[in-house]
Amino acid sequence: MIIVKSDEKTEAGVLPDTEILTAMGKFNEELVKAGVLLAGEGLQASSKGARVRFVRGKKTVIDGPFTETKELVAGFWLWDLKSREEAIEWVKRGPFAETEIEIRQVFESDDFGDAFTPELREAEERMRAQAAGER
Amino acid sequence: MGSDAHPAIEAIWRIESPRLIAGLARIVRDVGLAEELAQDAFVAALEQWPESGVPERPGAWLMGTAKHRAVDMLRRGKRLQSKHEQLGRELAVQEELDAPDFDAALDDDFGDDLLRLVFTACHPVLSTEARVALTLRLLGGLTTEEIARAFLVPVSTIAQRIVRAKRTLTEARVPFEVPAGSELAGRLASVLEVVYLIFNEGYAATAGDDWMRPELCEDALRLGRVLAGLAPEQPEVHGLVALLEIQASRTRARRGPSGEPVLLLDQDRSRWDQLLIRRGLAALRRAEELGGGLGPYALQASIAACHARARVPEDTDWARIAALYDALAQLAPSPVVDLNRAVAVGMAFGPAAGLELVDRLLSEPSLKTYHLLPSVRGDLLAKLGRRAEAAAEFKRAASLTQNVRERKLLLERAAASAK
Repeated sequence: MIIVKSDEKTEAGVLPDTEILTAMGKFNEELVKAGVLLAGEGLQASSKGARVRFVRGKKTVIDGPFTETKELVAGFWLWDLKSREEAIEWVKRGPFAETEIEIRQVFESDDFGDAFTPELREAEERMRAQAAGER
Repeated sequence: MGSDAHPAIEAIWRIESPRLIAGLARIVRDVGLAEELAQDAFVAALEQWPESGVPERPGAWLMGTAKHRAVDMLRRGKRLQSKHEQLGRELAVQEELDAPDFDAALDDDFGDDLLRLVFTACHPVLSTEARVALTLRLLGGLTTEEIARAFLVPVSTIAQRIVRAKRTLTEARVPFEVPAGSELAGRLASVLEVVYLIFNEGYAATAGDDWMRPELCEDALRLGRVLAGLAPEQPEVHGLVALLEIQASRTRARRGPSGEPVLLLDQDRSRWDQLLIRRGLAALRRAEELGGGLGPYALQASIAACHARARVPEDTDWARIAALYDALAQLAPSPVVDLNRAVAVGMAFGPAAGLELVDRLLSEPSLKTYHLLPSVRGDLLAKLGRRAEAAAEFKRAASLTQNVRERKLLLERAAASAK
């Protein structure tokens, strides 16, 4: 998973200009043509989001926006690649000027081993199946 | 940077090599030569980049280096027979070298060049095995060692296969182009067949201890997705991609705890990969929207989609599956398709209807030793309560299968039916 961070503009809800959109569109097209891009989404400003904080089981709802702008997630891609190095090389080709892009490897459910019981696994996948069906 | 640079350079190679080879092949008009030039550039990168650092635009660096080598090689005149031909090529390469920006030229043309490379690597003048090896090497960016490992054959076998394939292409003077007009459909079928073969070798391995090799499935899926990007106007490309995505979505569910195969209707559907299913269904929609009727791959994808949409086996739309097999049997007639159709009819309209169709296949010579015929027949007979006949069919099926696990299962069913 390739995680793109927020900045003042994304948090202010400013939509990217044509130039950025064009460059991003071209990059996405390149990813698709290379058979790399599986999925991706951009996220709206955190002012439209919320957090649920748990303290010793007690729940508090905190409405956005959140202040730590540069730590917030603004969007993500799911890429299908053979190695971490390939992900790094693809990110380097991205149309970015001033940001930090984070690369993380997605767990396959087999990676969890025995801690992920068949029942848990089933519940998880059922949830995913539902989520997919509702889209 | 030291030796740490190597994984990065290999990653760059995997990303850049297909379009590098494709771009070079357009200039030098010889896929084998283009690949050698690209390899030389890669070797130069391995030598220089650990010291100098990876250049800002590694693709352009590799292309530039390879083109300079092309000029050297052409000047030495080793490759081409006639002086005239040599001068012509030299001029073409020189023109390319004088082009102001490699990257710009690369971006504009590389889609077309890649498509030409696909059609050349899958040219009918080559054997199927050669097409598979060459496609993985030139378009998948796999090394000879990786291909050999995937197909469980010695490295020298694959190396020879690739050398011979390249020589055949040169000798047959196969033009580096996308076929046009009436030729296109047949040539496209040859390309799709290669991708499907690679996938199937991974999905139901014909050799070795493992009965699946998922890496090959992933390589085929990636090739299919690339193809869909290169030839988006071809419905069957999307049909094939849809089929592969949906089949790949079941990878995790197809193996039991000790590696044994788990059949479709027995699979834990919660383990199917919903992202791949969603992608498969989207690809199928694209194939349908392009119109012109569904081809064999899109029909098979539609059948796979019926299973993918059913959350539990009982939800399966068997009547639709039977109708789709009917369409497939008309488009690509085969006794195996007929047998599958009989299964679907049996599920949709009752075992008697299915059995009637299966019995028509009993005289089919190509199914004489196919264990699934008596296995399917036994299943239908059992459902009709004709237990003794069912037991005999399961025994017969057990005697025909090569797979130990499957034989055990069939003998168990025979014993259960005989009770």
